[in-house]
Amino acid sequence: MKRRNYSSQLDLKQGRVEMIHGAGGKAMAQLIDELFVAAFDNSCLNAMNDQAAFSLPPGRVVMATDSHVIAPLFFPGGDIGSLSVHGTVNDVAMAGARPCYLSAGFILEEGFPLADLARIVDSMAAAAREAGVPIVTGDTKVVEKGKGDGCFINTTGVGVVPAGLNLGGDQVRVGDKILVSGTLGDHGVAIMSLRESLSFETTIESDSQGLHDLVAAMVAAVPEIHCLRDPTRGGLATTLNEIAGQCGAGMCIQEAVLPVRPQVQAACEFLGLDPLYVANEGKLVAFCPPAQAEALLAVMREHPKGREAAIIGEVIEDAHGFVQMETAFGGTRMVDYINGEQLPRIC
Amino acid sequence: MKYVDEFRDGQLAREIAAQIRREADPGRTYSLMEFCGGHTHAIFRYGIPDLLPDNVRMIHGPGCPVCVLPIDRLDAAIELAVEHGVILCSYGDMMRVPGSRKQSLLKAKAQGADVRMVYSCSDALKLAQQHPDREVVFFAIGFETTTPPTALVIKQAQKLGLKNFSVFCNHVLTPAAISNILESPEVRELGILPLDGFIGPAHVSTVIGSQPYHYFAEEYQKPVVIAGFEPLDVLQAIRMLVRQLNEGRAEVENEFSRAVTEQGNQKAKAMVAEIFELRRVFEWRGLGQVPYSALRIKQAYADFDAEKRFTLTRRSARENKACECGAILRGVKTPRDCKLFGKQCTPETPLGSCMVSSEGACAAHYSYGRYRDEGQTIATDADR
Repeated sequence: MKRRNYSSQLDLKQGRVEMIHGAGGKAMAQLIDELFVAAFDNSCLNAMNDQAAFSLPPGRVVMATDSHVIAPLFFPGGDIGSLSVHGTVNDVAMAGARPCYLSAGFILEEGFPLADLARIVDSMAAAAREAGVPIVTGDTKVVEKGKGDGCFINTTGVGVVPAGLNLGGDQVRVGDKILVSGTLGDHGVAIMSLRESLSFETTIESDSQGLHDLVAAMVAAVPEIHCLRDPTRGGLATTLNEIAGQCGAGMCIQEAVLPVRPQVQAACEFLGLDPLYVANEGKLVAFCPPAQAEALLAVMREHPKGREAAIIGEVIEDAHGFVQMETAFGGTRMVDYINGEQLPRIC
Repeated sequence: MKYVDEFRDGQLAREIAAQIRREADPGRTYSLMEFCGGHTHAIFRYGIPDLLPDNVRMIHGPGCPVCVLPIDRLDAAIELAVEHGVILCSYGDMMRVPGSRKQSLLKAKAQGADVRMVYSCSDALKLAQQHPDREVVFFAIGFETTTPPTALVIKQAQKLGLKNFSVFCNHVLTPAAISNILESPEVRELGILPLDGFIGPAHVSTVIGSQPYHYFAEEYQKPVVIAGFEPLDVLQAIRMLVRQLNEGRAEVENEFSRAVTEQGNQKAKAMVAEIFELRRVFEWRGLGQVPYSALRIKQAYADFDAEKRFTLTRRSARENKACECGAILRGVKTPRDCKLFGKQCTPETPLGSCMVSSEGACAAHYSYGRYRDEGQTIATDADR
């Protein structure tokens, strides 16, 4: 693409977002050219049209959207940029689909440092490249100082489901085994450790990552999978309750086999939280018929993103759709929906 | 996790549970009250009732600081935030408790009041230092556990010469509440509430020690076993209570000896005595007016007393008439006895305080135990 000539380059060291960057004129064009197009760099975007035009491989098309308002913007293991790619890539992938294209909408606050924006955009570009999913169209708006909180990002993704797959919460059946791909609560605890009112030291990093490749391996090996879901806000407990509602059955999980890092357990212990309710950004829950459960577990454990995968329970008959847990202590209890808000703006 | 897993060992739990089943006399019932919300939470969270024989019954006591705060005190806190424009700092549990006229601190915040959730009262002190142009009020609630930190920040505020920091004091006292329950007609005369013994508070006792409970054991002939908040602590305490009752003893025993001494934390008690004095009477939700059951800030520290610093109007507080929190807090009713439970009143739309705090009997039963009401229990190791 031929770049336009601007009188001076964007000051990515000292510069800040100004209202003019969202006004539709040359300043906005320069921000898009020198920052977004330069980083995302693909033929669709480079064509500089108001929309992206592309063809998709044959199959059912899936679409997902996710707005990201996380605070703080930068955290151990990621930032709002990589998170906004992983979040939507994962939502698309949970249909068993291969994610193909992303869009990105930015809402920027006047005064936001361009250096931070460049860092976020570079991180987005790297995450998109790693996932093999180009960001093909976008939008930029600027709001007055005090009307936003630095940077909000919306991403939308489209993908295609391979033939023969039909995944969803309503497909889950009594007797299905429940699997998780790894440790629970890493993202939420990493974010909490940075919050002004809490701030504690931890070595825990967010698990923010794209799960498209893990999903591809799983559905290729075990196409009988009934449902995949990423347990983000509200954690595993909320995801299980949602799916119990969709399939009209209950669930029973075993506390003793839930994978939780000791550091996450410790942080939850002193904050009075339960890792079952803490957010994840790079983990999935899978439901599959019992006959395929061990094979699926083996495939997941072979993949670098599923090394700590575990079978944690099964779907049981229960018209009320209750999720129960056998506690490691030897009793049972219910695992309900998250009650209220554990921590705002976690993704 | 070290120092935690040891107290949640499932194998040990089954062994203690088997001992309780062996020792409990099938010819009688054992009605044991856990005073603290912390114990109530542990009992539900770890599924302890599954491990107990049917004739060992747990009664949930009033030891949840959020639950026992009367509505007019919450209304006053909301008034401080809304009408006096202060930065009101509160522990998270208080935020969603419904006050009069469907108001709550969280709703006041949404309407523009400056309400901040803090994890510690020292965070409120920090806010006062950061905002010298604003009045900062710490909404102090809780039993003897949270009182020493409040005393400490008042001392610190005085040392720092802060002119914009005060405390809305609602600290209450455990022994007074236990006396009140034991003196209640439901226990003494009517026999509506059979009460054979107490699991004594964990964290409260680290401060006040085991000494204050001797009076209950001697005067009312009720055994007390002070227990930690871990599930094995609770099971062990139940076994100790069953033994005392079987042997006809009524003594104070200390299961939580790793943290509780006879005299408690002398330094903390001295600091509390320096800053606070007894209120002649204080209203508790569920228990009503309880004499000498709460603390107020001494005259020498009046500058830091929000009740002296601001003029608070006393409006008539309104509770939902069908709400049974009062009877539930006294142990007379269970959450399932309340018509609102699980219908109009849920953790998302709480009408009563017991449904708000995770230590409240209603919230604990709703979140951890309500599947039992529908007969959907699964077999546990204890049944097998």
